[in-house]
Amino acid sequence: MDTFIGILNYLVFFAITAGIYAVLCLGLNIQWGYTGLFNIGIAGFFAVGAYTSALLSGPPPGPLDWRTVGGFQLPWVVGLLGAIIASGIIAFFIGLLTLRLKEDYLAIATIGIAEVIRLILKNEGWLSNTVWGIKHIPSPLHQPIEAGVSSFLKGHPQLSPWLVHFISNAYNWFYLALVLVILGLLYWTSERSIRSPWGRVLRTIREDEAVAAVSGKNVFSFKLQSFVLGAMVMGMAGSLYAHYAKFIDASSFEPLYGTFFIWVMLIIGGSGNSKGAVLGAFVIWGIWAGTEFLTGPLALSGTQAGALRVIVVGVLLELTLLLRPQGILGEEKIVSRMLKK
Amino acid sequence: MLEVVDLEKNFGGIKAVDGCSLKVEQGSITGLIGPNGAGKTTLFNLITGFYEPDGGKIWFNGEIISGLSPHKIARRALTRTFQIPRELKEMTVLENLMVVPENQVGERIWNSFFRPGVVRRQERELRDEALEVLEFVELIDLANEYAKNLSSGQKKLLELARTLMAEPKMILLDEPGAGVNPTLMKKLTRNIENLRQRGKTFFLIEHDMDLIMNLCDTVIVMNKGRQLAEGTPDEIKKNESVLEAYLGGR
Repeated sequence: MDTFIGILNYLVFFAITAGIYAVLCLGLNIQWGYTGLFNIGIAGFFAVGAYTSALLSGPPPGPLDWRTVGGFQLPWVVGLLGAIIASGIIAFFIGLLTLRLKEDYLAIATIGIAEVIRLILKNEGWLSNTVWGIKHIPSPLHQPIEAGVSSFLKGHPQLSPWLVHFISNAYNWFYLALVLVILGLLYWTSERSIRSPWGRVLRTIREDEAVAAVSGKNVFSFKLQSFVLGAMVMGMAGSLYAHYAKFIDASSFEPLYGTFFIWVMLIIGGSGNSKGAVLGAFVIWGIWAGTEFLTGPLALSGTQAGALRVIVVGVLLELTLLLRPQGILGEEKIVSRMLKK
Repeated sequence: MLEVVDLEKNFGGIKAVDGCSLKVEQGSITGLIGPNGAGKTTLFNLITGFYEPDGGKIWFNGEIISGLSPHKIARRALTRTFQIPRELKEMTVLENLMVVPENQVGERIWNSFFRPGVVRRQERELRDEALEVLEFVELIDLANEYAKNLSSGQKKLLELARTLMAEPKMILLDEPGAGVNPTLMKKLTRNIENLRQRGKTFFLIEHDMDLIMNLCDTVIVMNKGRQLAEGTPDEIKKNESVLEAYLGGR
């Protein structure tokens, strides 16, 4: 029974991470799936969200900190909103500069900008405490829930060990619920938007910009809207990550975890389909986390196993692109659905 | 309706449009012909804002439109089709049409959340309008098909149908007949005639002389980036300099 609770607790931890990835995928789906904007600088917006939230809601700099700003200890919600707004503002200015570029140039520009953001966060101590990162970022409602759990356990000393084990994990269950509620709201918003005439214009731009322009649509304005909204969602994911991990540093936002994985998830799950975006996040994170346990049976060293796992994900991406380019769930045929109901 | 004055466009050293001046009368079907490389498509791209002119002016409906971006020109009820059909491949034929009308309420993202009733009502109107247009161009059976699955002739009709959704005053057609079989061609010609009856003005590039002679009231001939001749189809047929431009002189 205790092993079962152990596995269950692990699954909760797994689902929180996958849920945060699903949020990132929904953000990318707006940009790439709907509008065809080739953003390979996801990690940049993810990082801006995480740091903004940490600076707004996190503790002030400690005695050994390089930081001279931030740590305002504001409520978590303020951090979350700040993350969304900051990513949106940054995306707005980046978009103004780059969205007139053709898609491959947009890709180069965005990856460059994401690296610039990461290196600023790695080196500007006054802002980010360089490689030592920001520590002790509070998780929302952490203290009351933990206090409740420990007083409950004190009051019931005769509980069997597996039940204690289960109840001790209450905070993670709460955080999972929080992530899933936010994911649900985003899913609903995203679906409603894409099925509206607004979404139809985005898809037209993805298919052929010239046609959108001949139909009197301000292509640049719509691209900017899509880019900024997608980045705001990515910033939100950054906040969710920072308050769960409690510690962030620039290495959390390297291109492999911060950008590449999200692309793989969206493409395998089904670009242009919100369900596909969420599914892809859980499937790929499942494969990634699952292969971690293979290191034992395969008798490989840690480095070898790590490289093998990346290869597995890469091969899956290739196979999808070759055999099922639309992903597990492709875009639906009839998307404009405001007609029904 | 449309007046082009001393228009110029250079690509590197090539003068694609070189001091071109011409007029298209309201309610006419005006043909634009000329040998390959005469600058016809470039002229269309200039008129619709896809290229910015290096000199000269374009007047439409009493306003200067040269230098405006394509979507702003489209909003002045001047629309076009493309030489090679540009259907929205991964969208249905119906959606290809429904996206066209400008300033839809639901194009502002918040309206779908705060005024869904209004958006839904407009969507229903747009759908009915699109179905009517599809009926008109006889593509109604394909309404829910992916646009990429249409034949090339059907794609030409889709291009035309799309211009109708825009409620244009004037339509520029870039080779509407190219690659279209004779039956479909008759349909296309009939559609253009019908629309002219409804007060639309047409300006079309075409290589098919039968189509030009049957359909157009005025023909403009372009050569080397400028207007060479203008007249009724019969006059153009007899024009010496036109024959020379096409056949390289005798």
